[in-house]
Amino acid sequence: MKIGIVVIASCLLVSISFAGEPAPVLTADQIAAKANRMALYQGEDSKGKVRMTIKDRQGRIRKRAFHMLRKDVGDNGQDQKYFTFFQKPADVRKMVFMVHKHAALEKDDDRWLYMPSLDLVKRIAASDKRTSFVGSDFLYEDISGRSPKEDVHELVETTDRFFVLKNTPKVPDSVEFAYYLAYVDKETFLPMKLEFFKDGDRVYRIIESVKVERIHARENNQQVVYPTVTQSRARDLENGSETTMTFSDIHYNIGLGGKVFTERYLRRPPRDAMR
Amino acid sequence: MPCDKVVHMWVCVLVLLGLVVAGSPVTAGVTSDLTMIDPLPPMETHGFFEVRGGMRTQDDPHEKDFSILEARLQWELFTYTDWAEFKFKGDVWGDGITEQGEYDTREAWLFTRPTDDLDLKIGRQVLTWGTGDLVFLNDLFPKDWQSYFIGRDKEYLKSPSDAAKVSLFADLANVDVVYTPQFDPDRYITGEYVSYWNADLGRRAGRDALVASDTPAQWFRDDELAVRVYKNIQNDELAFYGYWGFWKRPGGQKPSGVATFPALNVYGASLRGQVGPGIGNVEVAYYRSVDDESGKNALINNSEMRYLVGYTQDLAKDFNASLQYYLEQLLDYSDYRASLGGGEKRDRFRHVITLQLTKLLMNQNLELHLASYYSPSDKDAYLRPNIRYKYSDHITLEAGANLFFGQKSHTFFGQFENNTNIYGAVKYSF
Repeated sequence: MKIGIVVIASCLLVSISFAGEPAPVLTADQIAAKANRMALYQGEDSKGKVRMTIKDRQGRIRKRAFHMLRKDVGDNGQDQKYFTFFQKPADVRKMVFMVHKHAALEKDDDRWLYMPSLDLVKRIAASDKRTSFVGSDFLYEDISGRSPKEDVHELVETTDRFFVLKNTPKVPDSVEFAYYLAYVDKETFLPMKLEFFKDGDRVYRIIESVKVERIHARENNQQVVYPTVTQSRARDLENGSETTMTFSDIHYNIGLGGKVFTERYLRRPPRDAMR
Repeated sequence: MPCDKVVHMWVCVLVLLGLVVAGSPVTAGVTSDLTMIDPLPPMETHGFFEVRGGMRTQDDPHEKDFSILEARLQWELFTYTDWAEFKFKGDVWGDGITEQGEYDTREAWLFTRPTDDLDLKIGRQVLTWGTGDLVFLNDLFPKDWQSYFIGRDKEYLKSPSDAAKVSLFADLANVDVVYTPQFDPDRYITGEYVSYWNADLGRRAGRDALVASDTPAQWFRDDELAVRVYKNIQNDELAFYGYWGFWKRPGGQKPSGVATFPALNVYGASLRGQVGPGIGNVEVAYYRSVDDESGKNALINNSEMRYLVGYTQDLAKDFNASLQYYLEQLLDYSDYRASLGGGEKRDRFRHVITLQLTKLLMNQNLELHLASYYSPSDKDAYLRPNIRYKYSDHITLEAGANLFFGQKSHTFFGQFENNTNIYGAVKYSF
C-alpha cells in the first residue's frame, strides 16, 4: 500500500451553510470554484475517522483505517495541512503521514512519513497526483482535490438537482482522462458524482457520494450545520475494482493550533486526534 | 542479544509501569457501585508471527550453511492514561543459528507531554535522526547491521536504546536531548551469524574466532549523551548535532587483542528540503576520537570526517529512486600509516555511492525494492534486492538476497563475501 500520497479526503468533510437560498445564475467557473471550496475548505479545521474497503475483480477484500486531521492556512482556497494516522492494516499501523499542501500549481506539496518501528521521519518526494491512494481506487488527487485552475469548465446541463460541469484538462498529457463530468448538487454544491472519460466518450471511472449527513459545528460562536458526504464510492470500470470510503466521528472547528502539523506531532500524534 | 539481567530489569520496569497505570488517578477516580476494582485502561494488542529462512549461496568455512533460520513472535501492548502513554514490544524467537530460544525487548517506554513545550520519553526505545537513507552520520543510536545482512526485516536495522529523551520546543529552535546512562553499543558483527575480516589473524573468520570485547558498562559513568537542535525554515529542515560517548562498534583493541570501545565525540549538521522535483539532503559529521587525537595510536581509531549528499525523486508512477554519495575521510592519515606498520591499511578516503529503487505493482500490493551500496575506492559492493507481496491484509510473503562483492577480503563489504545469501519469509500480522 502506498502511503506516499495521503491527504485528507476532506472533499468529503464538506459543508455548507446557506442551504435554502435561491440559486443565482452562476457561470461554470463560479460553480467549479464554489464546489471546490465546499469540498475542501469548510470550517477552519476538521478531524474524522476513515474506513476504506477495497474490493477487487475477484471479490477479494482489503481494508484500510485511518484518522485524519486537517487545518487551513490563510484564507479559503489557499494552502492546507493534513495528518493521516494509520490504524489498519497491521503493516502500516501507527505510521503517520503529514502533508503541507500548496494551492499554487507550480509548488509541490511537502510530505513526510513517520515509521514508528524505526523511529524514522522520512521526507517523501512529490509524486504523480494521479497515483492510487493507499492502494485504493481513489487517487491522490481525488482526495486532496484537483485544482479548478487545471481544467476548462463548461456548464453542459442543468437538471432539477444538479449542475453538470464538463471539465477538460488544460494540459491533456498530464492526466489519463480526456475530460470528466461533475454532477454538482444545486443546493449544497457538493459534487455528488464524477464520471471520467477517455478515448472519446468512454466512461471508465466513477466516483459517487453515497451518503450525506448533517454535521453540527460552531462557527464564529454560532451553531451551524455542515452537510457532509460520509460515504463515497470509487469504481474502476476497467479493472473491475471498487473502493468504499466511510467517514465517522467528524468534527469541525476543533481549534487545532498551527504548531500541530510539525515533526513533534508527526513522531507522537496529538492525543485528541487519536480518540 | 540481551542477557538475563537486562530481561529481568525490563520485566521489573513493566511491572512498575503496570502498577502506575493501574493506580493512576484517572482510573482510580472512576467509581463503580458494582465492584471495587478499577476498570483497566484500554489496551491495544498487536504483533506478528513470522517464519524466515535463508541460505548462503556459497560455502563459508567459518559459518553454517543457513544464514538465517527463525520462527518469531512479536507482541506489542499499548495503553494510556490521561497523563501518559505506555508501550511494550517484545520478540521471542527460536533461532536455528544459535540453536536456542531468544528474547529481546524492543520497546518498553513511558511517554508524556507535561507542558506545551516539553515531551518526555523514558525507557527502552528505538531512536533515529539525521537525513541519510540507510546511511547514518549523526545518528549514533545503536544499529544492528548483522540483522540487516542476514535478511531480517528492515525494522531490525535499529536496535533499541535504554534512554531518556527530553524534547523542548520553542520558536527559536527545537532541542532533543537523549541521555543513555549505560552505553548501548551497536549489535556489531561478532562472527556468530556473519563471517568477517579478522586483522589479527590476517584472514576471514567467523564462529571459529568470535570477537571478544570489553564493553564500557558502568551505569552513569559509561554513559552517552546525544543532542539535536533543529528548526524548520519554510520546510527546509536544518539541524545541528552533538554526541558524547563511545565508538558504537569496536574502534580499538587492547594489546591482548580484546576489542574496545574508545571514547568518541561527534559534531555535525544537516539540511534537507525540496530541490526541483525531489528531496535533497546534505549532512556532515566530525568524529573526534578522543583517546587518540594525534592519530598515532595504532590500537585506537583515528578521528574522521564524514560527508553525505543525497537526492530522492519519483521517476514514474509508484517508482521512487534515491541516490546518495557518502565520503569518509580518515584524519591524521600519515600518522595512521606510520603507526600501523604491516597489515592491511584503510584508504584516506572511502567513497560510497548508494542507490535505492522502489517500485509498487498490483494495486501497491507487490513491492520490488533494491538497496545498493558501491564503493569505488574499496572496490566492493553490497546489493539487497527484496520482493514483498501482500497476499492479504494479514499475510505477507517475502523473498530477497544479500549480495556482497569485493576485490579484497578486508574491505567493508568485501569481507562479507562468503555471507552472500538468499532468504524467504512468511509473516502473519495481527
